[in-house]
Amino acid sequence: MPTIILKKSVLEKIIGKKLPIDKLKDRISMLGTDLEKIEGDEIHVEIFPNRPDLLSEQGFARAFSSFLGIKTGLKEYKIKSSNCKVIVDKSVTMRPYTACAVVKNITFNNERIKEIMQMQEKLATTHGRKRKKSCYGVYPLQKINFPITYIAKDPKTMKFKPLGFKEEISADKVEELHSTGKEYKQIAESWTKYPFYIDNKGKILSMLPYTNSDDIGKIDETTKEVFIECTGTDYQNVEIALNMFVTTLADMGGDIYAVEMVYSDKKFTTPNLNPSEMKLDTKYVNKRLGLNLSEKEMIKYLAAMGYGYKNGKALIPAYRADILHPVDLIEDIAIAYGYENFEEIIPKVATIAQEDEFEKFKKKIIYLLVGLNFLETNSYHLIPKILQLDNMNLNSNTEVIPLIDSVSAEYNTLRSWLLPSLLQVLKENKHNEYPQNIFEIATIFLPDKQKATLVNEKQHLSIVLCSPETDYTKIKQVVDYLLRMLSIEYVIKETEHPSFIPGRVAEVVINNKSLGFLGELHPKVLNNFAIDTPTTAAELDCNLLFELVKKNN
Amino acid sequence: MKQFSSKLSLSGLPDKKNLAKQDSSQILFEKLHPLERKVLPLIKENNTQDKLVLASKLQEVEVIRALQWLENKKIITTKEELKEVVSLDANGREYSKIGLPEQRFLETIQNSPQAADEIKKFAKLNDAEYSVCIGLLRKKNAIIIKKEANNLQITITEDGRKTLEKQKYDYQFLKSLAAEGRDITALTLDETESMNELKQRKDIIKIELKKPKTITPTEIGKELSKMNFSVNIAERVTQDMLKNNSWKDIKFRRFDVEINVPKIIGGKRHFENQAIEYVKQIWLDMGFREMTGDYAHTAYQDLDMLFVPQDHPARTMQDTFYLGDKKILLGKLPKDYKKIKEVHETGANTGSKGWQYKWNEEEARKVLLRTHTTVLSALKLQQLKKQDLPAKFFNVGKVFRNEALDWKHLFEFYQIDGIVIDPNANFKHLKGYLREFFGKMGYPDVRIRPAHFPYTEPSVEVDVLHPVKKEWIELGGAGIFRPEVVIPLLDEDIPVLAWGLGTGRIVSSYYGITDIRDMYKNDLKQLREMKLWIK
Repeated sequence: MPTIILKKSVLEKIIGKKLPIDKLKDRISMLGTDLEKIEGDEIHVEIFPNRPDLLSEQGFARAFSSFLGIKTGLKEYKIKSSNCKVIVDKSVTMRPYTACAVVKNITFNNERIKEIMQMQEKLATTHGRKRKKSCYGVYPLQKINFPITYIAKDPKTMKFKPLGFKEEISADKVEELHSTGKEYKQIAESWTKYPFYIDNKGKILSMLPYTNSDDIGKIDETTKEVFIECTGTDYQNVEIALNMFVTTLADMGGDIYAVEMVYSDKKFTTPNLNPSEMKLDTKYVNKRLGLNLSEKEMIKYLAAMGYGYKNGKALIPAYRADILHPVDLIEDIAIAYGYENFEEIIPKVATIAQEDEFEKFKKKIIYLLVGLNFLETNSYHLIPKILQLDNMNLNSNTEVIPLIDSVSAEYNTLRSWLLPSLLQVLKENKHNEYPQNIFEIATIFLPDKQKATLVNEKQHLSIVLCSPETDYTKIKQVVDYLLRMLSIEYVIKETEHPSFIPGRVAEVVINNKSLGFLGELHPKVLNNFAIDTPTTAAELDCNLLFELVKKNN
Repeated sequence: MKQFSSKLSLSGLPDKKNLAKQDSSQILFEKLHPLERKVLPLIKENNTQDKLVLASKLQEVEVIRALQWLENKKIITTKEELKEVVSLDANGREYSKIGLPEQRFLETIQNSPQAADEIKKFAKLNDAEYSVCIGLLRKKNAIIIKKEANNLQITITEDGRKTLEKQKYDYQFLKSLAAEGRDITALTLDETESMNELKQRKDIIKIELKKPKTITPTEIGKELSKMNFSVNIAERVTQDMLKNNSWKDIKFRRFDVEINVPKIIGGKRHFENQAIEYVKQIWLDMGFREMTGDYAHTAYQDLDMLFVPQDHPARTMQDTFYLGDKKILLGKLPKDYKKIKEVHETGANTGSKGWQYKWNEEEARKVLLRTHTTVLSALKLQQLKKQDLPAKFFNVGKVFRNEALDWKHLFEFYQIDGIVIDPNANFKHLKGYLREFFGKMGYPDVRIRPAHFPYTEPSVEVDVLHPVKKEWIELGGAGIFRPEVVIPLLDEDIPVLAWGLGTGRIVSSYYGITDIRDMYKNDLKQLREMKLWIK
C-alpha cells in the first residue's frame, strides 16, 4: 500500500487550524488511513487502496478538514467551458479510453510540482494498477496547439524526446532506453502500435503508457495553465482519475475548464464532476451498525465524510472510486460516528461449540507420544526438492508439487512426505543431547488429477528415534504401542524402501490397506543429511488411522 | 491424616524450632557422605591431601571431593602455604626402594672382592649403570680393580667403606621424601648436603615451589571425628530392607536436600502448538464450532468468492504462492461459478455496482496456497442452510505468503479466522467478540481503527495494548462481510461478522522470542527448555 508524505505546516494551513500532535495522530488513524510516523514537519501516512483520492496533500486535507468538522459536506466545483478539443482516433483499441481537462490560474512552486508528481506516480501504481488500467499526464497549456489527437501509431515511424532526454530518439527505442519503458513494457507485450498524444502541429505530447515529451510535457514554476490527459482500459477508472486531478488542482486555487472529447461515435465534455447518487436506507444502516440514528444524524455523519444528501439519497463526490454498495456508505457513517464510540456487546445467542473430530483425534495421538518422552516439532510445509527426494535415496524424477518463484528459493516444493523434514531437524541438532526422539503430525501434498485443485492433501504422522541404541525393535515397539492403544489390529509385512536398510523395513497393513512403513534409516540417507547417529523411523497415514478408529468405535 | 491437623507446616516438614532442639552435630554426622566418612577420621593423623590419599586408599579425586564437601560444611578448614619442597623424581622413586646404584655396588663387595659379572648380577645393575659406578667409585678411590685370569676382580678400599656409609645416609634421605617430599627449611644440615649432592644427578630429586593444603578440623570437626564411624549408615532404601524389615535397624544417611540436582528432560508439545491449543479452546468456550480445510485452493475459492478483484495488488506473484512448474496449475471451477463472475462484473442481485470489469476464468482457476484462512469461512457459508442460523465458526490454521525468511517474516504462519452468521449481528457485536477473545489471551485493551479489505465493509484494523510495554500492537483485520460476498454464498443478505487475526506476536512475546524463525527452527534444546504455555 502506498505511503505519502504530507507537510504538517501545509496541512495546517489548508485546514486553517493547529492540532496537538496526539490529537493529530489519533484523528489521522480514525479517519481510515494508517499513520506511520510523524517526523518534524513530515507526516507519513499509508493510504488504503480504496481511497486513492487521499493520495495528494489537497485530497487528504479536504477529507481531513471535513472529518474534523471544519469544512463538511459535498464540495462543489465549477467547470468553465473552453475551446479545447481532443479527437480520439479509432485506432487506439489497445487503450481505448481517455478523458481530459484544462486548469488555469494556478501558481506552481517547487512543492506543488512535487505534490503533483507524487500523486501522478502513486495514483498510477494503485488506482491505475501500475499503469495497466490507467495513467496520466500533465502539460503546460501554452505549448500545445489544439485540437489534439489521441491516435495509435507504429513507433518506428515516430521520433521524439522522452522526459529527461537531450536528443530525439525513435519511439521504438523507448522500451529499451527509457526507465519507464523498461519498467512497464509488459503492458504493451502484444502491441504493434502504441497510443500517442499529438497536437495540431504534429508535436508529440506523450507516448502511452510510458512518457511525456521533454519538450512540451514538463511543468515548471512559470506554468500557470495545464492540460491533463488520462488514458486507460476502463472508462470509469480513467474518469475518476481525472476528477481526482482536477479537484486537487482546483483546491490549489485553479479554475477547471472542460475539454471536448470527440470519439468516433460520440462527443462529450470532460471532466464530469456531478456527484453520483445512492439510496440510503436508514433502517439498513442502523441494523448493520447496531445504532439508532435519525436521518438527520446520518446526514451529519455523511457530510463529515464529504458527501451531500438529497431526497433520501447520498450524493457521492465524483472523485470517490470505492462506493459500490450502500454498505460503503455505512462504513463512512461508522467512521464519522467514530469506531471508538461503539459499545462492545456480546449477544446472548446460544450456539453449541464443537471441536473438529479429527483435530481431537490428533491431539490424543500427540499426548500418547509425549507420554513416551517424544518431542513434538513444527516444520515448514515447503521443502527443497532435493531434500525430499535425492537425499532420501528416491528417484529425483518422482512427481512432487513445485511452487512458482518462491522468494525463499530453496524452499521450492510442497512436501510429499514428512520424514525428510524430521531428518532435517536431526541434522540441525547434532550439538544437542541424545536420544533425540521426535514426532510431528502435519499435512503432505500429492498430485491428484481428480481434485479441483489437482492436489490431494493428507495428514501424516512421522516418528523418529535417533540414538546410539535405537534399532528396528525400538521403532516397532512405539508403533505397536500406538496401534494397541487405538485398538487397531494390524499386520507387519516385510517390504523394500530405498530410504531404509534392506531387511529392516516393513509396511504396516490394516484390512489390506497400507497405513505406512517403519524401519532403520539407510546409512546412505543418514550420510546425505550428515547425521552420524543411528536413526529409526515410521511414517503413518493419520487420516486412514482416524477412519479406522471411527469405524471401530 | 494426623500430621495435616497438627501444627506442622503445610509441606509436612517439621518446623525450624524443632530441628534446633536436636543435636545439630548428630544431624551433621548423619549427613556425611561415605567418602567424607572415610576421610574425616584420618585427618587427625594425616593433615595433607597427599597423606590422606595414602592413608585412605581412595582415589585422589575422591579425597579432593570429600575435603571440598567437608570444608563447605565447615567441618574442616584448610590453609595453603607457599613452600619450597624437595621430592622424588623418576629415578629417585626407584632408588628410594632398592638403594642407589653405587650403594648396591659397594654392598656387594663389602665382605669380599667379587668378579665384575657377579657384581652386576647381585647389585642388579645394567651395563650403563655399571660403567657409571666404576667411573664414579674409581674417582673417589673407593675400589681397586685387578685383572685375574680373564676377569676383573674388584675390592673395596677404606675410602670405599666411608663412601658406602655416606650412600646409606643418602638412601635414608630419599626414603624420607617418599610420601610427599619435604619442606627444605625443615632439613638438617646433613640432609641439606645430601640434597645438594643428589640434585646434581639425573632425575633423582626435584625441588619445586608448592602450595600444599594443611587440613585442620574445626571444633565441630573435632567433635565429629570422635563419633562412632563404625555404625553402618545406609545410602538407599533397598527392596531387601523392605521385604525383610531390616530397615527398622538401619540408619539412613541424611541427604543435603537443598543441593542442586542434574536437569532432566521430558516429552512435550511444541511450544507454539500449546498456545494454538489454548486459542482454539477460547473459541470453543465461546460456543464456536471448528472448521478445517485444505491449504491448496483455487484463486476462485481463496479470492474470487471473497470479492477480491482480479487485478487486486495482493493477487500478484510477490505475495501469493502459486503452484506449478513454470506454468501455474489451473484447477477446476464449480458448476455455479457464474454467480461469482456476475457479482464481480456487475454486482448481480446484490445491490452493488460490482467491480465493472471483465472477470477472467483462467485467473480464477489458478491453484495457490491459501493466503488467508478466510477461504474456509467463505466455503463454510456456502454449506450453510437457513435453519442452521445463527451459527458461529472458527479456524486456527496456517496461511502462506511468498516472502523471504527473516527475523520478522515467515512464509507460513498461523491465522485465526472466525465468523458469526446471525440475522441480528451488528458492528457492536464484532467489537464484543474481539474484546472477549483478546481479554482471554491476556490483552484486555482492544482498539479498532478503520481499515480496508475488499471483502468486508465496515472494515477494521484490530490493535491490542501490550500490558507491559504499553504499546498498541496490530493483530489483524475484521469486519462485516460485504453483501457481494454473502449473497452469492448464502442467497440472502445476512450480516456475517468476520475476522482474521494473527497469533505470532502474542505467542512470541509470551515465550520471549525475538527472531520469529525460532518458531520453526526446532532447536531441540529450546523445545526441551521452553516454559509451558500457562493460561
